[in-house]
Amino acid sequence: MHGSGISIWFFIGVLLAIYGFLICGYGLYEVATGTHANVELWQLHAPVWWGGVMLALGAFYCLRFKPSRG
Amino acid sequence: MSLAMFGPSTGRALTSSLALFLESQRQLAKLSVLDVIVIAVYFAMVIWIGFYLKQKANTSEEFFMAGREMTAWIAGLSFVSANLGSLELMGWAGSAYQYGILAAHWYWIGAIPAMLFLGLVMMPFYYVSKTHSVPGYLKLRFGESSRVLAAVSFGFMTILMSGVNMFAMAVVMKVVLGWDITFSILMSSLAVAVYVTLGGLRSAIFNEVLQFVLIWGGALLVPILGLIEAGGWTKLQANILANYHGLDYTHMWRGLAHFSSNPMGVHWTGIVFGLGFVISFGYWTTDFLVVQRVLAADSLRSAQMAPIIAAAFKMAVPFIVILPGLLGLVILHNPDGTLMHLVGENQVNLQNPHSYNEVLPLMLVRYCGPGLLGLGITALIAGFMSGMAGNVSAFSAVWTYDIYQPLINKTASDKHYVAVGRWATILGVVVSIGTAYLVMHAQGIMDYVQALFSFFIAPLLGTILLGMFWKRATSAGGFCGLLAGTATSISLYVWVKLDHAALSVVAFSPDAKDMAENLYRALWSWVVCVLVTIVVSYFGKARPLAELNGLVYGATVIPNEGPVPLIKNHWFWAAIVIVVFFVLNLIFF
Repeated sequence: MHGSGISIWFFIGVLLAIYGFLICGYGLYEVATGTHANVELWQLHAPVWWGGVMLALGAFYCLRFKPSRG
Repeated sequence: MSLAMFGPSTGRALTSSLALFLESQRQLAKLSVLDVIVIAVYFAMVIWIGFYLKQKANTSEEFFMAGREMTAWIAGLSFVSANLGSLELMGWAGSAYQYGILAAHWYWIGAIPAMLFLGLVMMPFYYVSKTHSVPGYLKLRFGESSRVLAAVSFGFMTILMSGVNMFAMAVVMKVVLGWDITFSILMSSLAVAVYVTLGGLRSAIFNEVLQFVLIWGGALLVPILGLIEAGGWTKLQANILANYHGLDYTHMWRGLAHFSSNPMGVHWTGIVFGLGFVISFGYWTTDFLVVQRVLAADSLRSAQMAPIIAAAFKMAVPFIVILPGLLGLVILHNPDGTLMHLVGENQVNLQNPHSYNEVLPLMLVRYCGPGLLGLGITALIAGFMSGMAGNVSAFSAVWTYDIYQPLINKTASDKHYVAVGRWATILGVVVSIGTAYLVMHAQGIMDYVQALFSFFIAPLLGTILLGMFWKRATSAGGFCGLLAGTATSISLYVWVKLDHAALSVVAFSPDAKDMAENLYRALWSWVVCVLVTIVVSYFGKARPLAELNGLVYGATVIPNEGPVPLIKNHWFWAAIVIVVFFVLNLIFF
């Protein structure tokens, strides 16, 4: 969007980063403790890589579209 | 495109699911603390956006048109997201399970050509006329009576549809998660009311873009993991063929030579002309719910590019909607290891507890543990909220600009109209909630409300097309055509309801099924609208050419925004989209 203020892409970055952190964090916890949820293909550790992708994308958008000061 | 317009009877299926739930107290999934946190973060985010954008919604242009400041990307993603409701996701996934890849027609031929036509051909007239709404364009072209007819029918039906969707979503949450229906309705609708009332269309658009990203983030994992489990597309095709002998679930056109040679009971003429032309063009080019997003673009070039961007993403949606339905045909198994058979609304029972419409939640639960399940559920909630926000923001604009301003208070201040818009938003949500409860207590009316919405789309397309491309069309012609087309649609619907044998007349074949009735009814009502408009116009006096500037092809000078590099040229991107469209249809022919 034009003009000053917070870009929608920044909001999206924040949300993706939070979700990525939570989901990837849970996935790593599963890997570290050897526990896993009762789902199919749990051995692929989808939360780790899916959460990781979301965290990376979110971080990129947060940095790229962070609101300018002043 | 709304499933309700011509899709399988989602209402009855959901009602059956609810009845069974109440009987068995089952639920598909149980949320963990992490899932609840994921959902709570989403709600916090949308409310934050609403409060943040309140400061940017002070004038009517800002509140109703988002200041006409949206870039092509934002307008385009919002355009496609406003249509991508959760009922749409689950309903079409269920249709894919039931009918196979035929369901993808509603995403490809039923959307792409129309979206490109809107961007390349129609958008200049909407944009140059500086109209605030589609009924507003009708006023400029055909006069007040056509505007009021279109505005009242659109406003009324938009709110009713919003309520129907709200109830259906609450039923889904009850079946999947065991949530209380009132809790689901109030939680989602209040959040929508807050952020749309505060930030207007800009807030609705921002949230729709956010929701679009969420829908992909939450739903994309299912087909990826599903394809891994199925062993890839080729193996999936082979297994479907092995499990369902003789039925072609993976080709889009081969079975359409005759009504009886495909599970939908449709013919290719119905798909191409009924769906691909009348219904698709009617919805994507005249339904103000989606057109409003593009009208908010910051320039004509952005307004033309937005539907093309939207079309590119729309083509990809079958990957997260249709593919999970197809995967469900071979992957879903009962606890005893036998293949699970999802059934139609009339066959849901304790032996076959899941209906077609549950295929997406079932696939979600199959692969998604804590966190990811919350993300998937958030995607469904986001889909519902984006659809509802689209409804109430469009209702608010049409109510204020096309009903309140011309009929009730013509001379109020800009500030007054913004206040009216905010109250209209709240009113829209309240009426939607009321409709949801009405449907809950008299569920038979759900399908009628859904059918009502389809009555206006096809004739409106005839009126708008003739208005835009035929200088001779008169005000009386436009109004009479719209009225006659709508009356035809209603009459055919009632005729088939009273005498099901009439379907063979409406759809030209004794083998036609309900889906074909929707397609051919639209075609008939469009033809009647066009014929009546032409005949009545020839009996009247056409408007002088000078009055049609900015409204009609041939009488309008389209502003030239100067040369742009190929990479920013909308014709170039439209050409790429249409090539991909043909390639996809050939691959899955």
